[in-house]
Parts: sequence; C-alpha cells; structure tokens
Amino acid sequence: MNILSAFVVVLLVMLVVVFMIPGEKKNAIRWTMAAGSFVLLGMAIYLVKDFLDWKSLNPTEQFYNAGLDPITWYEGVINIKFAVGVDGVSVAMIMLSAIVVITGVFASFAVEDKAKEYFLWFIMLSIGVFGFFISVDLFTMFLFYEVALIPMYLLIGVWGSGNKEYSAMKLTLMLMGGSAFLMVGIFGIYYFSAEDGGALTFNIEEIAANAAMPVEWQRIFFPLTFVGFGVLGAMFPFHTWSPDGHASAPTAVSMLHAGVLMKLGGYGCFRVAMTLMPEACKEQAWIFIVLTGISVVYGAFSACVQNDLKYINAYSSVSHCGLVLFALLMMNQTAMTGAILQMLSHGLMTALFFALIGMIYGQTHTRDIRYLGGLMQVMPFLCVCYVIAGMASLGLPGLSGFVAEMTIFVGSFAHEDLFHRVIVIAGCTSIVITAVYILRVVGKILFGPLYKIEKVDGKFNYLSEHNGEVHHYPLRDAIWYEKIATVGLIVSIAIIGLYPIWISDMISESLEAVAAMLN
Amino acid sequence: MDLDYSQFLSMSHEVSLVVVLIFLLLADLIIKNKKVFQYLAIAVFALHTVAGFCYYTGMAGDAFAGMYVSGAAQSFVKNILNVGTLLVFFFSFEWNNNENKNGVGEFFFLTLSTLIGMYFMVSAGDFLFFYIGLETASIPMAALVAMNKKGTEGAEAAAKYILTASFSSGVMLFGISLIYGACGSLYFDEVQAAFTDITPLHIFALVCFIAGVGFKISLVPFHFWTADTYQGAPTGVTAYLSVISKGAAVFAFMCILYKAFVNEPDVWQGILWWLIVITITIGNLFALRQKNLKRFLAFSSISQAGYIMLGVYASSQTGMSSTIYYILIYMFTNLAAFGIISAIENKTGKVGMDDYNGLYTTNPKLAFAMTLAMFSLGGIPPFAGFFSKFFIFASVAESKVFGDYLLVFLALLNTIISLYYYLLVVKAMFINKSESPIETIKIDVMSRVALLVCVIAILVIGFISSIYMNIYDISFGFAN
Repeated sequence: MNILSAFVVVLLVMLVVVFMIPGEKKNAIRWTMAAGSFVLLGMAIYLVKDFLDWKSLNPTEQFYNAGLDPITWYEGVINIKFAVGVDGVSVAMIMLSAIVVITGVFASFAVEDKAKEYFLWFIMLSIGVFGFFISVDLFTMFLFYEVALIPMYLLIGVWGSGNKEYSAMKLTLMLMGGSAFLMVGIFGIYYFSAEDGGALTFNIEEIAANAAMPVEWQRIFFPLTFVGFGVLGAMFPFHTWSPDGHASAPTAVSMLHAGVLMKLGGYGCFRVAMTLMPEACKEQAWIFIVLTGISVVYGAFSACVQNDLKYINAYSSVSHCGLVLFALLMMNQTAMTGAILQMLSHGLMTALFFALIGMIYGQTHTRDIRYLGGLMQVMPFLCVCYVIAGMASLGLPGLSGFVAEMTIFVGSFAHEDLFHRVIVIAGCTSIVITAVYILRVVGKILFGPLYKIEKVDGKFNYLSEHNGEVHHYPLRDAIWYEKIATVGLIVSIAIIGLYPIWISDMISESLEAVAAMLN
Repeated sequence: MDLDYSQFLSMSHEVSLVVVLIFLLLADLIIKNKKVFQYLAIAVFALHTVAGFCYYTGMAGDAFAGMYVSGAAQSFVKNILNVGTLLVFFFSFEWNNNENKNGVGEFFFLTLSTLIGMYFMVSAGDFLFFYIGLETASIPMAALVAMNKKGTEGAEAAAKYILTASFSSGVMLFGISLIYGACGSLYFDEVQAAFTDITPLHIFALVCFIAGVGFKISLVPFHFWTADTYQGAPTGVTAYLSVISKGAAVFAFMCILYKAFVNEPDVWQGILWWLIVITITIGNLFALRQKNLKRFLAFSSISQAGYIMLGVYASSQTGMSSTIYYILIYMFTNLAAFGIISAIENKTGKVGMDDYNGLYTTNPKLAFAMTLAMFSLGGIPPFAGFFSKFFIFASVAESKVFGDYLLVFLALLNTIISLYYYLLVVKAMFINKSESPIETIKIDVMSRVALLVCVIAILVIGFISSIYMNIYDISFGFAN
C-alpha cells in the first residue's frame, strides 16, 4: 500500500477497532490507541527515510507521491482528485504529528470518563491532521482541515475544565469562521486555476505551474486565504480563541491542538496562500508582517501577566506561532526554513508544556501560579522536565528553540530596508520577554518555598480551600505512562537542538523553489 | 399537437401515482384494521417509488400540447420526492397508529394528493399548468396541517397556512396574468421569446411571480407563516412540508426561471441576490433564540432555503445540478432530524431543546444520529451536507464575478451563525447535565429503518461521486 494514504487508513482502522470495543474495556481501548500510534510513528520514520532516498534521486522535483497517482473522484462538473504528495516541509509536519499523537495518547491514559468516545474523537482529529498534510489537492485538504476542527468542540466541551462550554463554542466558531474566509479563497483559486478554457484543477502543483490568476483577483483572494489559515495560526487580532480554548481543553487535546493543529494554519498560509498567489503576497506582505509582529510581542507580554499556567502557555503559543507566520512572510529561504523549524520546535515544546501542566493539574487541581510553590521538592521528575521545556522555549542553545529562532532572525535580518529592520528588531525583543515569563513560572512554582503543601509521613498533600473546606490532595511524581510521554518529547526536542542539520537541509531544499518565486 | 395515448407514457409517474391514490381510497373503505391498511399503503407506495426508478430511462416527452414536459431531470426530482415521502410515511407510522387512528386513510390520501400536485409543478411547461399543480399541492396540505386535532395549535397552523397560501396564490396569479399581458402567451418557451425589451410591466409581473413562489419556498420576507405552521402541524407533516414541498417548489421555480426568463437574467438575479442574503440572515438570526425544536428547524429550514436558492441564482448547468443535489441531501438530513424529534415526541411529548439535555446518557444512538444530522445541516465534513454546500457555493463562484463572490462570502459567514445554533443542539445532548433526562426509549421498527437509511445516506452520499456527476449530466443549462 501507498505509505502516504496508509496514515489515514491506519487511523480509520483504529477508528473501527475502537468503535467495536465495548466502552467498559478501557485498557483495551488505551492499548489499541498506543499500538496504533506506534505504527504511525514507525511509518513516519520510514517516510522520512523513504523521502530522503527519493529526493536524492530526484533533486528537482517538489512532491513525492510514493507511487500513488491522483485518483479521480469528481470530474466534469468539478474536478476533484484524491492526490497525495509530500515535500520536506510536509514530511517534517507528519513526523511532528506522529510524535505528538503518540505522546498525546500516553498523556490521555488518565482519561476515565467516557474514554471510548474521547478516543474516537481523538482519532477523528488525527485523521484530519494527517490527511491535511498528505494532501496536494485543495478540496481534500480543506475537507481534512475541517474534519480536524470539529472534534475540538466536543473534546473541549465534554472533557474540558473551567469555562469549557464558552471556550469550546468560541474556538469552534472562530476557526470555522476562518474556514469560511478560506472557502471563498479556495473557490477563487479553483476557478482561476487555468487560463480560460483550460481544465480547472484543485491540484496545488498544477495550479502553481499554471499561475493563471490575474493579479487583481489575487489581491482579493490572497488576504481571504491568508486570514482563513491565519486564524488557526493565531494571528493577531484573530488569536482570542487560543488562550480560552487551550486553557479549557483536556491535556492531550491542548497538546495536539497547540502542537499540531495550529501548525495547519502556518502550513496552509505557506502552501496555499503564499505559493499560489505570489504577486499579491509580495504586495500585501507588509500588512501581515505588522499583524504577526504584533502577535509575537503582544503574545509574549500577555503571557507575563497571566496567573493560570495554561493561559501563560497559550499566550506563549500565540507569540511563537506568530513568529512562524512572521518568518514565512520574510520570503527568503533562510527565514522560511526557520519558520518550519519553529513549527516543529514549538509543536514539540508546547506539547511538552501542556502535558506537564496537565499532569501537575491532575494532582493539585489548580493551575494558578499564585497558589503553587516548591513543587521541585515534591515531583522532581516533572519539574525537571518543565525546566527543560522552559529552556527550549526561551531559546537555550542545544535545544530546538534556539535553532529555530536563530534561523528566523538571521534570515529576517537579511532584508535591508528600514521597515523590515525595525520590525525584526521589535520581534527579537520577544526572546527577552519569553525569558521573563518562563523564569517567573520556574522561579515561583518549581523552586521557591513549599506553599499550601504539607508533608505527612514523607508524603505530600496539597491543601485546597474550597467554600471554607480544606481538601487534601495527595501529590506524587510522574508515573510510567507520563514518563513515556514527556521523555519522548524531550528526546525529540534535544535531537533537533543538537543535530538540526539533517532536518533543516530537508526543509530548506524543498523551500528553494518557493523562495525563488517569492523573491 | 394532438393528444394521443402514447403521451401518457411520458406521464408514467403521474399515472402510477393516480392508480395508487384510487387504490388506497378504495382500500380505506374496505379495510377496517388501520394497521393493516397502513402496511398496505406503505407497501403500495414503495412499489410506486421503485417503479419510479424504472421509468427513469428514456421517458422524456411532453403531453397536453406542451403544457406538461418531462425529461430526465424532472423524472429524477420526482424520484427524490418519492423517496422522501416514503421516509415520511415510515416516520409517521407510530403517530398514525396512536394519535391519528381515525385519520389514517385521510393522511395518506391527502399527502399523495399534494404529491401529485408537486409532480405537475415539476413537470410544468406552462404557467397555468404550474399554477394548477401549485394549488393541488397547497389545498390538501392545509388539511394535513390541521390533522393535529388536540388543542388549538393545529387549527391555528392550518388557518395561517391556508390564508397565506391563498393570498400568495392571488399575488402570483396576478403576476401570471401580467406576464400573459406582456408576452401574449403562457408557454414557457413563448414567454422566453417575448420576454425581452424590459418594461416596468415585465418587471412588475416578474416581481409578483417571484413573491408568490417565495411564499411557498418561505423566503424572507414571505416567511411569516412558516414557524407557526411548522410548530402546530404534526411532526410528520412538518417534515413533509419542509423538505418535499420546498424541494418541489424550488425545482419548479428554477425550471421556470431557466426557461421562461432566460433572456433577461440580470433582472431576476438582482432580486434573488437580495432575497438570498436576507433569507439566510434573518432565518439564522431567528433560529438563534428558538427553544422549541420544531420552531428551531422551521427557521433553520428558512435559512436552508436561502442556500438552496444559491444554486438557482447561479443559473447554469452546474447551478441546476447543485440545487438538485442540495435538495437530495437536505432531504435525508432534515428527515433524520425530524424523524428523531417525531420519535421522541411520540413517546414522551417533549419537543423543547432543554428536554434534550443529557440525551446522550440515556439514548446514545438517537443522540448520535441527531448529531450527524446537525453537523450535516451545518455543513461539516465528512458528512453529506458539506458536499452539498461546497458544490452549491462553487456553482455561484463559477461565474468569476465579484458580486457573486461577495454573495458566497456573505452566505459563508452565515454558516458560522447557523453552526452556532446547530451546535447548541449537540451541546444540549452531549454536554448539558439534566436532572430528568428523557428516559431510554425504544422507537418502532419503521422509524428505525427510516432513520438508518437517512444516517447511511448522510455518511456516504458525498463519497459516491457518481451521484453528483449523474445529476449534472441530466441537468439542463441556462439556455434551454
């Protein structure tokens, strides 16, 4: 079978198998999920090797379809094909998704309430994500994109915490609102995909080759498409779903959403909006550079004043994802490579953050940093992981964040005009602000004195006051499945940080053609 | 053109339905056991439905000197209407057995009478014939709406329906007479030739005509009867009204616009542009606050009517095929929703949205089916509603005109509002907690079969591309 479509097929098989298992057999469901996601990870690793082999044989070609030619789905009235294909960028994204999915599954082992339904929606979400990254046909891409969005509503609404109903609705409506913009853009792209009388197509490769859309139409459809994807990429001022949504979502959903789903936005901006409408992109880039620049700085500042751990991390995601779009819009190969690296790096470290926050919250039942302190003495394993994640986030050399941000800012600074210089320098300040909010959390809740925690017979209890009553929540360090999830992510972050060259080469080669076209 | 008996061959659908009608009328007199009668009626109509697919090939032609026209597209639409009506019969089975024990024969007879009226509308080749079909479809419908004899709601609904229906018929008839005055004929193809050199008379005639049809399709601002009628009518009839009746009217309207007014598309496209925007928006805004699910679906169906009209607006072969496709999918989706509401109403009498709180804990399968229906109505992939919405928007975008893209954009923004209220239902079932949720109910076999058909249709239709491609092949374009 074709390796690319196999990702979706494996997930569909998982969907059927989990659906068949009775709801009471939670362990059977969990292990089915774990086994399935191991297969996905194995396939993703194989795909990297396969892709690199193919690329060394065909250095000039862009998309690797693994031997599966487009299958006609609709024709005549509308030309839709099921066409798969990946380049270095999508391979990197598939790798990221596979890692986050498997760690997300392990982080979800603690889900007890309606576990079967939870995992069914989780699989739906994953189908959307993988399907999106393997598609080169705009219709199927859009279909998978929306398939990935809608499970979020129930995942947050049913299994979330806090103000979950509001957050779930807000997130769903804003993201679907984005896809309404997007859909108009896609129609525009389709109907202008060939010269008059030519065969219209949804295939990205063919549209880019035809380059038939007149500039005056590009000026209309580029912003629609860019904003459509930009909403998911948390571009200012369309980012407001992100903090609420992430804060209310259950652990693994935050991981998958911040780690992978937000990357759909950046990836889509790049693959659809920028590649297919380059002239308008060059004209209008400055508007979006300003907006994403605001995301970067504003997100970082907002993170500094939040007290909820998830809100801090959600705003930090706004800032980091803003940097992805920001770098893409710099439109040179170095900065764009940095942007893709930043997607990977942010995906991994934010997943790690959300996993850790979920694990801490599961025990203390609070995420408010004002009521936490001295956790390092109580749960050293989790806290060390937290520090590592924090270091990755603020760009410590040796971890992935440094590689990505360095590449981005070096690439962006290559623009010599005043506008770009100023905005890049403004963007750079986010590195410093990131350090502020990371160190604030680390200093307050990890080190610091024990706060609201009592030690009885060598065991720790968290004291929580609620309506005048004091609850005692026992505290413990990570258990085995939590360790698998966190260690898996940390190893991935370290690999990118210590030996980035193979992956940045793979990405960079695939970006060459696009960067040349945009310059 | 002389009328010879061979022309009746092209009227196979109608002839067959008339046979069914007469048969049921007689059977109702003879068979005293209403349950047996119902099985018989459903079986006979099922036979007619199956036979309908056999007439499908090659039965094109006209009759009554061109007043009646039938082709592949008309035939296909009639088959859709048949399937929908059959599903409505399945869903109404339980209601007919209990509440409507004394009116079973009337229910079937009246429903099928309206259906034959719709056949005539769909196959009209002439304004007069269209009008006769419309009236045949409307008047028995008022009686059907009133079949809910408990309380005054049914009577109110029927009174509202018959008053607005007769008023709109009057307006439309006025429009038709003006068209005759302006063009000198009522045949669509002769009107087509004469409907050029637009004068205010032409425009006024067209406006009156559109307003009359707008009542039937419940386009805003002609929608005021919809919510009360939907709420007061028996749920099966509401489903029939919102799907079959609307679908037939839209198709007939589309045929007339494409045939008779083809030479001056700008005039009616301009009117439709505004009607669509207003219909979708107002329908959505009113749906937001509804607490009664039948009223809720009434407003949702108003806004859906706006989406269906997008395909009519597109005025092309793609537009026609996407309209038929939308009607097909909308039928399965809306019937699934009404089927569930009807089943729950029959067992518990509850139709409020709050009553559905926590439905998932007690009736997971019903909640699941309802979720599918809501997602499909909201246009969420991979369910059928996504495909129909995508194709109908695509048909408008095909023209590559800025105003059309604006229309698509406004309609798409409205899908977000509609998604909000569809999600409210999902939220009630899955997220909201309830002290006293609807107890676990066991719905009858007939409804279960029909629901299964609808759910399967929602899940698979979009993936079977040949359906849409075949509809495209049988659709006729703008200049026919």
